[in-house]
Amino acid sequence: MGLLSTLIWLPVLGGLLILALGDRAGAARPDRWLALAISLATFGLSLLLYTEFNFATAQMQFVERMPWISAFNIEYYLGVDGISTPLILLSTFLTPMIIIAGWEVIKKRPAQYFAAFLILEGLMIGVFAALDAMLFYVFWEAMLIPMFLIIGIWGGERRVYATLKFFLYTFLGSVLMLVALVYLYMQSGSFSILDLHQLRIGSTEQIYIFIAFLIAFAVKVPMWPVHTWLPDAHVEAPTGGSVVLAAVLLKMGGYGFIRFSMPIAPDASASLAGFMIALSLIAVVYIGFVALVQQDMKKLIAYSSIAHMGFVTLGFFIVWAILSNPVNSDALAGVSMGITGSMVQMISHGLISGAMFLCVGVLYDRMHSRQIADYGGVINAMPKFGALFVFFAMANAGLPGTSGFVGEFLVILASYQANFWYAFLAATTLILGAAYTLWMIKRVVFGDIANDNVKALHDMNRRESLLLVILAVSVLALGLYPAPLVEMMQPSIDNFISHVIQSKL
Amino acid sequence: MENIYLTIVLSPLLAAIIAGLFGRQVGRAGAHTLTILGVAVACGLSMYVLWAQLTGAAAVYNETVYQWMSVGGINLEVGFLVDRLTALMMVVVTFVSLMVHIYTIGYMHDDNGYQRFFSYISLFTFAMLMLVMSNNFLQLFFGWEAVGVVSYLLIGFWYKRPTAIFANMKAFLVNRVGDFGFLLGIAALLMYTGSLDYAEVFAQVDGLAAAQINVIGDGSWSLLTLACICLFIGAMGKSAQVPLHVWLPDSMEGPTPISALIHAATMVTAGIFMVARMSPLFEFSETALTVVLVIGATTALFTGFMGLVQNDIKRVVAYSTLSQLGYMTVALGASAYASGVFHLMTHAFFKALLFLAAGSVIIALHHEQDMRKMGGLKKYLPITYWTSLAGSLALIGFPGTAGFFSKDALIEAVGYSTIAGSGYAYFCVMAGVLITALYSFRMFFLVFHGNERIDEDARHHLHEPGWVVTLPLVLLAIPSLVIGWPTVGPLLFGDFFGNAIFVTDAHDVLGQLGADYHGPMAFLLHGLTSPVLYLALSGVVIAWYMYLKNPLLPKTVKDRFGFIYRLLENKYYLDDFNEKVVARGSRLLGKGLWRGGDTTVIDGILINGTANSIGRFAGWVRHLQTGYLYHYAFVMVIGMVVVVGWFIW
Repeated sequence: MGLLSTLIWLPVLGGLLILALGDRAGAARPDRWLALAISLATFGLSLLLYTEFNFATAQMQFVERMPWISAFNIEYYLGVDGISTPLILLSTFLTPMIIIAGWEVIKKRPAQYFAAFLILEGLMIGVFAALDAMLFYVFWEAMLIPMFLIIGIWGGERRVYATLKFFLYTFLGSVLMLVALVYLYMQSGSFSILDLHQLRIGSTEQIYIFIAFLIAFAVKVPMWPVHTWLPDAHVEAPTGGSVVLAAVLLKMGGYGFIRFSMPIAPDASASLAGFMIALSLIAVVYIGFVALVQQDMKKLIAYSSIAHMGFVTLGFFIVWAILSNPVNSDALAGVSMGITGSMVQMISHGLISGAMFLCVGVLYDRMHSRQIADYGGVINAMPKFGALFVFFAMANAGLPGTSGFVGEFLVILASYQANFWYAFLAATTLILGAAYTLWMIKRVVFGDIANDNVKALHDMNRRESLLLVILAVSVLALGLYPAPLVEMMQPSIDNFISHVIQSKL
Repeated sequence: MENIYLTIVLSPLLAAIIAGLFGRQVGRAGAHTLTILGVAVACGLSMYVLWAQLTGAAAVYNETVYQWMSVGGINLEVGFLVDRLTALMMVVVTFVSLMVHIYTIGYMHDDNGYQRFFSYISLFTFAMLMLVMSNNFLQLFFGWEAVGVVSYLLIGFWYKRPTAIFANMKAFLVNRVGDFGFLLGIAALLMYTGSLDYAEVFAQVDGLAAAQINVIGDGSWSLLTLACICLFIGAMGKSAQVPLHVWLPDSMEGPTPISALIHAATMVTAGIFMVARMSPLFEFSETALTVVLVIGATTALFTGFMGLVQNDIKRVVAYSTLSQLGYMTVALGASAYASGVFHLMTHAFFKALLFLAAGSVIIALHHEQDMRKMGGLKKYLPITYWTSLAGSLALIGFPGTAGFFSKDALIEAVGYSTIAGSGYAYFCVMAGVLITALYSFRMFFLVFHGNERIDEDARHHLHEPGWVVTLPLVLLAIPSLVIGWPTVGPLLFGDFFGNAIFVTDAHDVLGQLGADYHGPMAFLLHGLTSPVLYLALSGVVIAWYMYLKNPLLPKTVKDRFGFIYRLLENKYYLDDFNEKVVARGSRLLGKGLWRGGDTTVIDGILINGTANSIGRFAGWVRHLQTGYLYHYAFVMVIGMVVVVGWFIW
């Protein structure tokens, strides 16, 4: 079995094993240790993707290919390049964190909880590694099930509403994608994504295909105006669910754009680029203002996620705006900055939003409240936690030296080459992002002790410190030295750009 | 040399990390010893670097340290550019920082956050060095925001105070407004030149000056002008120029040592340094220079007025800082960059001195900052008194002091300038001299002379603080008095800056001024005949008359000019505008978009609305399935009739 298959099926089978063993009472709690061991083993194996990775090529690597449903030419076809590998590493890096975060917090059906996350991990890796469109679709839809259960079983009070909203939104979004995939198969006779990239399609058909994909991916990102499921889902999800949702699931929307929409329908992408840019900028500005007035910490971070993901779609779709607005310097450099910025933004947002949700989780586990108004002066009782929370808040506000800066910086620089006003609106995140994040910090972390509940708080335990410190180091490392990540992505991004700027008509 | 530069930057960083993360292990003494050692190393080596630059022992250094990333053929790097401008800034930053480190031992000795404080100020020193030593815009922006963050942490150092945590958020957000412009400026330069490296950008300035960009409609704007104005917006935030000055007075909520270090001597001068560094760009855009000139002049005069009505000793010094930053900016706008940097240097010494002296008064009075509860402190605090006098004289530009040389030259240079707006600027800086003298000596007399208005129990403990406090005062007083003598010639009229600062012949006001320059003594004698001196002296006399001779007069003036007094006391209502219109407006907009857009339209009508209509439709359709056989039979018959009828028709 190849490396990618191992990465997919090890956590899935491990999760099933834990399910089969069921909850074991007693102090030893083998279920969680087993879950941790499996997730760490997966992470360890996934490092091979980095060490064995060929940085010089844009070709798919670690390829596994065998027939699956021959009647429809559907294959079990896996492979990764510089675009998908960082996202797989992000998933395998965060899953052990999520397991540790739920270590003693989850009292209800812990074995199922850990199993759900392991299965989810395998399916997520499958989404990023699949090179067959049907295989991709199967992973994509299967992933909804564990996520649905995670929110529905371990969620908060309004979890039923939130799960239904989450499920219907994302499920209905994906249905049209299936139609588009079937159409593409009928045209090309293949479900191989790489074959679909080469398929010549007329301009009207491209528009339809683009829109079908758009609905699926825009819901996942989520883009304005199909974003309203996210705040509800986050608020009701348990901490681990929020982390995986923000850190990895949202990235699938962005991944979909760069793997399907843009290379399969480049001409439609070009003609709809203005529309996509407009939606992205609305996400940055409109959602920035909405985030400002949130009373619930998780909702605030959820809205902040939407605004940050706006940069991802902005960086993708300014490609055509830059190419139509030639400036003195090399236009392709701007295009490259935009795409690279978007990709880095996805990874960075995974780390930072994950950390932010973990921070809220630390508070929630103690106070059972997410309301900003219930807190105040937390740093007096929890100095270590306060310091880390302020650090992640600064990263969330895009401080240079943290990973949050890298992507936004590149995308803003690139969007200036497309149009002054794109950059102007995108750069408002400097002010809005700082405003909503630091205002929350001011009300929650700083100030005198607000009430007796805050006074009684005890600082992070070792488990919590470990998680947040690891994430803080990663955020800092990526911010100070993003070159290794960018080098990994560069050949694939260059290849992608040279592909999408050619018309398929 | 590279190892020396790295040591200069990394030793404060290392000390900051140890003091910050292992504060408990190293203890209080360990924390201050380590950080002082770190900064002392940086300071000593910086002085060596300056010496090497002056004697020619080291050439201009412009090298990459490491490559941050490379994208689309553009290399984004971290690297150092060390020329004489940088070397001068390095010495100023590390010297003032060292003084402040020593002083802090005395000022913060009973504070719980002792180690944390030392960690922050060392971290600040690192960030500021990264800023001034950068050879590219990326690192400049990194340093720029990093000093902002440390400033945020330090203003909110006493995080239990509601005013402190309000002030630090305000400072960060206002600075972010500036950074917003700054980033757009950087983006404009990158778009045209395809590089973020200073040297490569400067090399393409001719093309930049000719390039146009469409911003609104078909109107073409000069790309260079737009870029320079955007960069200057960044400087306006960091160097607190009107209307982005509002954060600086509030930043006085932080402990006094950082007011001296960050909000007087170093961080706030980053904008001045940046524009001087960008002189090869600004020189080619007269429009941008005019903007710089007018904003600077407005800041110089109108923030000075506010200093007249403050009762908090630190706030007086803060407004004086704003006004002096305005002076430096005016110099930049008049193309007298060297003069701006020269004033930056002298100001760093005497303003740090004034803040630390104010801090000395504050600790002597057990954290009393209200000047109405001071007075007659001269006999209790002799060292503080004499050093304050030195600082105040330097601030008003008394002949022979450092401030005299820098300010007098600056004003004369503005007088020579022919750029649009220079007439207004000249008026503002001249009038500012009177105002500066007035508020400075108002403060000086209210604090050190006249009746004692001190609380009884404070008086019992009143004594001069220990040597850790007074030594920095003395060490700063010396350059405040004498540094002008050896430096005025080379810095302003000599070739000190070499290629670091670029001025076109048409704008070379210092060159014109230099034609009449015959050494510091002659400059001094010339100063004695200029109106600047007499404006300053009359300011001192008015202050003496109003606050010592006839102390009832200020009240009369206040009543007579109540409108103006209220205008100044309310800071021209700018804070009210920001809070009531900008901040509240943003919250209202956010609430409107959330409740109106997300909740009502998207969720209410589109999402749940769709779900509800499907539900309603289903509910209506359900009536068709009644379950009664005769209903179905009836429908079948009707259907058959319709179908048959259709065919017959």
